[in-house]
Amino acid sequence: MAVFKEISPNASAGAKLGNWFENRFPTAFDAYRVHMSEYYAPKNFNIWYIFGALAMLVLVIQIVTGIFLVMHYKPDAALAFGSVEYIMRDVPWGWLIRYMHSTGASAFFIVVYLHMFRGLMYGSYRKPRELVWIFGCAIFLCLMAEAFMGYLLPWGQMSYWGAQVIVNLFAAVPFVGPDLALLIRGDYVVGDATLNRFFSFHVIAVPLVLLGLVMAHLLALHDVGSNNPDGVEIKGPNAPRDAQGHPLDGIPFHPYYTVHDIFMVSMFLMVFTAIIFFAPEFGGYFLEYNNFIPADPLKTPLHIAPVWYFTPYYSMLRAITGEMMYALMACVLAGAAFGIFKAKLPAFLKPVVAVAAIAVVAMMLSIDAKFWGVVVMGGAVVILFFLPWLDYSPVKSIRYRPDWHKYMYGVFVVNFVVLAYLGVQPPSAIGERVSQVGTLFYFGFFILMPWWSRVGASKPVPSRVNFVAH
Amino acid sequence: MKKVLITLVAALGFAAAALANTGGIAWDKAPNKTNDLAALQNGAKVFVNYCLNCHSAAYMRFNRLKDIGLTEQQIKDNLLFTADKVGETMKASIDPKQAKDWFGGNPPDLTVIARSRSSGGQGSGADYLYTYLRTFYPDESKATGWNNLAFPNVGMPHVLWELQGKRAPVYQTVEEHGHEAHVFKGWEQATPGTMTPEQYDQTIGDLVSYLQWMSEPAQNTRVRIGVWVLLFLSVLTLFAWRLNAAFWKDIK
Repeated sequence: MAVFKEISPNASAGAKLGNWFENRFPTAFDAYRVHMSEYYAPKNFNIWYIFGALAMLVLVIQIVTGIFLVMHYKPDAALAFGSVEYIMRDVPWGWLIRYMHSTGASAFFIVVYLHMFRGLMYGSYRKPRELVWIFGCAIFLCLMAEAFMGYLLPWGQMSYWGAQVIVNLFAAVPFVGPDLALLIRGDYVVGDATLNRFFSFHVIAVPLVLLGLVMAHLLALHDVGSNNPDGVEIKGPNAPRDAQGHPLDGIPFHPYYTVHDIFMVSMFLMVFTAIIFFAPEFGGYFLEYNNFIPADPLKTPLHIAPVWYFTPYYSMLRAITGEMMYALMACVLAGAAFGIFKAKLPAFLKPVVAVAAIAVVAMMLSIDAKFWGVVVMGGAVVILFFLPWLDYSPVKSIRYRPDWHKYMYGVFVVNFVVLAYLGVQPPSAIGERVSQVGTLFYFGFFILMPWWSRVGASKPVPSRVNFVAH
Repeated sequence: MKKVLITLVAALGFAAAALANTGGIAWDKAPNKTNDLAALQNGAKVFVNYCLNCHSAAYMRFNRLKDIGLTEQQIKDNLLFTADKVGETMKASIDPKQAKDWFGGNPPDLTVIARSRSSGGQGSGADYLYTYLRTFYPDESKATGWNNLAFPNVGMPHVLWELQGKRAPVYQTVEEHGHEAHVFKGWEQATPGTMTPEQYDQTIGDLVSYLQWMSEPAQNTRVRIGVWVLLFLSVLTLFAWRLNAAFWKDIK
């Protein structure tokens, strides 16, 4: 048991009350100190560092609005569409709750994509923050599952056919595919059973995992300390500290970053509410027009596109055609040849590499391209987990990397946006070609990173962070 | 870094959605009268008298019409043909089986039709409906005797033909890329309707505004509230900005 703290009888009533609680629940007070008032964050954070806090805010918005939606929503194939319209017109303020939730879904991906890009730019995934990054990638995966299953619930045409297309992808897995798809759907087509299980996952299972991962993400972050735009370790063994041992380049999270966050949150809310009140459909991107037609298993829409946040991956899926498989096989063989003839591998490994490459190419020849499309789509997310071990740049932050790295990141962003754009478009010959090049670039960016991240002269990293008083 | 930010912002607002093109002519711009209660009430009257015979609005309750200035008694006396109580939703009077026999399919529900027919490239759902309801023409090759320029080979007959009269589309033959093409030029009135063309357009404008309002009864409320919310947030942002500055001014 912690030491019982005595307090002067002359202390204020507030102090006495605080003391009473602290003696009975010291953990809460310690947590406040460790994570808020005595958590030293680098003082040179820029605007890119707001998106983590915004992601937390959107998570809370989604949970709270979700609770109210569940009070009126009916997870039943015959009633679901009508219950959403009931929320939109007959539940007092139901339209607001629903628009907050639907806009929140898109906002979540916007802030999370920006948050991830911040990590990419400033090397926030590098030692000792690998686990912070991995927890973050797991959160991103959960978020995708959450969004995908939530999108089925309004039971419109896009909900239905989007789910149908994605679940059918699992059927492409060799041997177990059809059974796997059946297990996910709970039926031979997307139907009431699918709706019920997706509802259960969407409101209970995935949010629980998500909350646990967010806790782990934050706790791990506060253990190793935040990175910053200069990539300087403010709590490193040689970092300057004041007489109390606090890092000179750090500043207590509370109140300094709480006031920062309040300011940025109110700015964010201006944009968020402007969309909710003035353009909740956002031109058909946040709420697709076709989704106002009730699900009809007998009527396939002409053009099925996932919601915008999935479209980069959807493009990569569509890029994997029979033709593209030959390009991928060539990549596998080139990689193996490099490993055998150029890399300094132990001699006994070389035949292993050769056999593995031949086996992979044989599988690529024998299994349908659709399956490899699924592999590529999943791989595009999974590869993010490995980022900490792919980056060999001597410096963390983009600020001190060779200039051409900045262009590399620029091209990466443009490529991602182009893939997203192509994913909402109906298939076309030219779009297919562009998305194939884009897919190769996306994977090349990561797989070749151990080599390209070392090329070029990096600039000297300062010993202290750059902070301009404001 | 600014460039990257700009690219990201641009990405979020990229060009219009390429949703499926249903074919047909370019859409006319529908008048927006969703704030005009008289127009909405007239639209509701036309809707209940003409559309509700075959189409339902199964997610719309009659008593929601109080939002457009009608009293419960007025709704009961004038509009309640297909239901007994004002709390009920708008059902069609037609039997779905008969509908299937007559039109080859069930007429779609109209509650949110104005939202679902929007198309990023072509216009709003109201634009589509406004064009569609004004471009019927007699066509003997069709089972119903009617065809439509905005929705070619539609299964629905021209329910409002007595109001509009019969019209025939006039085409002009033009030379296009080496072969001849028919281009729609305008209309030729064959038999007059009970309304002048201007009155008819006015009525359809009211009906479409009603359909647009019905697809989202809160659409004008949310805009009105949104203005206040943004005003409040601007003031909050101002205070938050100064609060932040006050805390950080001594940090060197």
